[in-house]
Amino acid sequence: MWRDELNAAGGIKAGNQRYKVRFVTYDDQSQGGRVQQLYTRLILQDKAQFLFSPYSSGLAATAAVISEQYGKLMLVMGGAEPKIFELSNKYLFQGITSADHYLSGAVEALRSRNPHARVALVYSDDPFSKAVALATRDQAREAGFTLVLDESYAPTTTDFSPIINKIITSKADALLGGGHYPDGATLARQLYDQKANLQWVTLLVAPGNQEFARLGPAALGITVPSQWEIQASYKPQFGPPAAKFAKAFEEKFKIAADYHSASGYTGGALLQHAIETAGSIDTDKVAAALNTMDVTTFFGHIKFATDAKHHGLQIAHEMVLAQWQMKNGSLVREVVWPTAARTADILNRMQ
Amino acid sequence: MRQDAFKSGDVRAPILRRPFFWIIALVITAFGLAPAVANDVELRESLLLAAVYITLASNLNLMLGYTGYINFGSIVFFGLGGYICVFLMSAHDWPLAGAVLAAGAAVSLFALLFGLGILRLRGAYFALATIGINEAVKAFVSNFEPWGGSSGLYLSTEIFMPLGGPMQALWVIYFLMVGVMGLSLYLSYGIKTSKFGLGLMAIGQNEDAAAMLGVRTPLYKAFAYSVSAFLPALAGGLYFFKSAFIQPVDAFDLGLSTEAMVIVMLGGQGTITGPTVGAYLYEELRGRLLTSETFSNFQLVISGALLLVIVLFLPGGLMGWIYGRWPRMKRVLE
Amino acid sequence: MFGIVASIVDGVLIGSVYGLAAMGLTLIWGVMDVVNLTHGAAIVAGMFALYLLTSAAGLAPYAALPPILAGGFLVGVLLYWIAVHRMIGRPPLMSLLSTFSVNLVLIGLGTAVWGTVLFNVPVTLPGVSWQGYTFPGTHLLAAGLTAVMAGLLYLFLYHTRLGKAVRAVADNREAAELAGIPTTQMLSLAFGLGVALASVAGMLIATLFPFTVLAGDAYQLKSFVVTVLGGLGNPAGALLGGIALGLVEGLAAPFMPVSWTLVIEFVLFVAVLIVFPGGIFAFRRS
Repeated sequence: MWRDELNAAGGIKAGNQRYKVRFVTYDDQSQGGRVQQLYTRLILQDKAQFLFSPYSSGLAATAAVISEQYGKLMLVMGGAEPKIFELSNKYLFQGITSADHYLSGAVEALRSRNPHARVALVYSDDPFSKAVALATRDQAREAGFTLVLDESYAPTTTDFSPIINKIITSKADALLGGGHYPDGATLARQLYDQKANLQWVTLLVAPGNQEFARLGPAALGITVPSQWEIQASYKPQFGPPAAKFAKAFEEKFKIAADYHSASGYTGGALLQHAIETAGSIDTDKVAAALNTMDVTTFFGHIKFATDAKHHGLQIAHEMVLAQWQMKNGSLVREVVWPTAARTADILNRMQ
Repeated sequence: MRQDAFKSGDVRAPILRRPFFWIIALVITAFGLAPAVANDVELRESLLLAAVYITLASNLNLMLGYTGYINFGSIVFFGLGGYICVFLMSAHDWPLAGAVLAAGAAVSLFALLFGLGILRLRGAYFALATIGINEAVKAFVSNFEPWGGSSGLYLSTEIFMPLGGPMQALWVIYFLMVGVMGLSLYLSYGIKTSKFGLGLMAIGQNEDAAAMLGVRTPLYKAFAYSVSAFLPALAGGLYFFKSAFIQPVDAFDLGLSTEAMVIVMLGGQGTITGPTVGAYLYEELRGRLLTSETFSNFQLVISGALLLVIVLFLPGGLMGWIYGRWPRMKRVLE
Repeated sequence: MFGIVASIVDGVLIGSVYGLAAMGLTLIWGVMDVVNLTHGAAIVAGMFALYLLTSAAGLAPYAALPPILAGGFLVGVLLYWIAVHRMIGRPPLMSLLSTFSVNLVLIGLGTAVWGTVLFNVPVTLPGVSWQGYTFPGTHLLAAGLTAVMAGLLYLFLYHTRLGKAVRAVADNREAAELAGIPTTQMLSLAFGLGVALASVAGMLIATLFPFTVLAGDAYQLKSFVVTVLGGLGNPAGALLGGIALGLVEGLAAPFMPVSWTLVIEFVLFVAVLIVFPGGIFAFRRS
């Protein structure tokens, strides 16, 4: 959508030139080996000048190897793991909140309801979720919670009954964790089937997707840390405000906008802004522009780390916590944390 | 058929006089010169993958083609080699050469130990056991935190500095891989024309008869299994060093050993030209299908269909067919 | 304490379904000494058949069992004639490769049609609760249906003429031929039966967990593990092997991170192969 709007308006203005944007996309089928071959192809055969990362931290890491080897700039809107940015890169930029801040809001929200919660940390064994769990462990302990279960599951797991039984045995009040959509949705469904009766459930990624509503009663009360929700009220310095973006997106694609689509659009907008600021499409000049950037778009506040150890890490953007609640007979996502941004109160789960 | 492969070129002529020795040398030179002379990075990338496939297929052939033992899980050597190399380089700052060679040695030793255990099994049981080993190693590494668990290990971009920076390092790795491929071809050839190879072929024809005739079958099999692990381990070390990233699901991908097996059968088991030509063609096919969305995995359908045809009607593969039509080729192209 | 019992019970319930899948594999192995590497594809076929029958044809989930059983049988017979018939009596490598190649083709076509996306057949049944733990109704019913299928197989093999003929061919093909049994037809029947069992197992698994086209590989491996545990060629052994595997998984899960159970499974697999080459409850020693 960003590309179409931009080209319709005449393209990116860099110095005295106007550039239209052309995408070349491939399906990596979520396989690391393919990612490297395809990015090499994008750079060598398709002569890509700028790159967007694949979706998922593990894949973004493999792609980053290629983009750095060939000195091309890559915007990472789909990889939150901080590790990618600690490998001495020069042209990598992260436009979403990094993994170690994913659940800090959830921890705070939980503490406001139950300061002595017994917490089960159950997460997918993939780079992103592991990075989130690593940070959350410390945050949970500092908040005064008791960690009664701390375990990972293989990302391809479809049978969660052993681990759910362990959750029940541990007498946990709250569950924090999950991974991506397939395992998160399956876990949520099986938690309901096995009557796990948790007072609080925060799952990563999965409940942020509209499809999650299909779970019906299993979705009720589940919270999710979100990079962005439609109700967010940031005042953008450039680009459309949130409501306008959401409306245009829904008209064009006939599905509701969520943080994935918002982050995608923002990736394009950030690149555009950087090229316009730099006045050129030269990689080094654009990278320099991104390094000094400190802006707010409808997606939130964006600023990149510039020290050699963490170059490109996102340091300004923040998560909100959303919860699935019943409103006028149907399931919707309401923002419940931070209190300043909320659109509804936190619902207590009862089964 | 393995019988045809038996009748190789004049085994009494000194090795340098045999045409096939020079044919291999030609192939290696072509691989090395083509992308360098044309300074064609794309060509280099696809030839690199072809070299990997050739290495895997040729070494698999040592077991599958010569002894008839089906090593379904041969990829475990490639993956373990990759892991040991990347681990030594990232956690202990070993230089590339040392790490790769250490990986090769360690994996060969591992193969020898496990081989002694499972080579007592015959036919399908052995095949299943090799799958079991691959899966057990994959499951173990996924849980082994010092090796990154299921997230794997990353190498920082600085790792390419001792080789002169990333762009130059990619060329160095390519030439090294061509070297590994060349060694695989010469190894296959050398074994085939040696007494050891004769013993392996005998085992492949009729293991009990071979044992009765004095072939030390357990030792020969274990040695072949261990040798067939060495070069794939080196290839794994190089490949994953280049990718600067290794994780269990890519390193122990049963699909890759599947492809190697298909290549050996299509090309002609027991021959050396067969797996080489087969690997090259297969990689070309795969490369072309890579970017097509619907057909991106179609090379599996095509190779599956071809494999069925070969197994049902043409067990000698491509080379078997060539030997059938032009028997004189047996002396030249092994 | 209750947690451990709950884990074991659930493990046994699901393990029995894996046992059903393995029964198909071991039957074929026992009757014609062929390792059916299309087993995984047969399981996936059962899963997708359930998905298509419930979504496109609007059939109730468990009502799909008879058509899937019948369909699996027909497909199995077809597979026999395409890939297996000519391989009987040839070295094991040949039948391994022929079934393997058919598997490649089927899975390749499957991914071309359905990609690698996760599919789910939503089935909800009231479960049984006990001491805070719940055994989902779907798990209980799947185990129950497995028992029914196992019982039917037993009745077939031991109380019908056709079943006796199949067992005769498994025992000694030449003698059976001499006794006037059309052995080739029996072989194709047995193969069809094996694939049918795998398909039904796939259908039952689909009522429990979501699946992709590639899920067949993992379940095929599980079937091998169960078959090796239970003894090759012994369907009763396969069921027991499945239950045993479920027991091991259920016992292990409460005491270690769940992701380690897979390691245990494969180590057990290789160990059993090395120590008991014919399986623990071996019926036929190879």
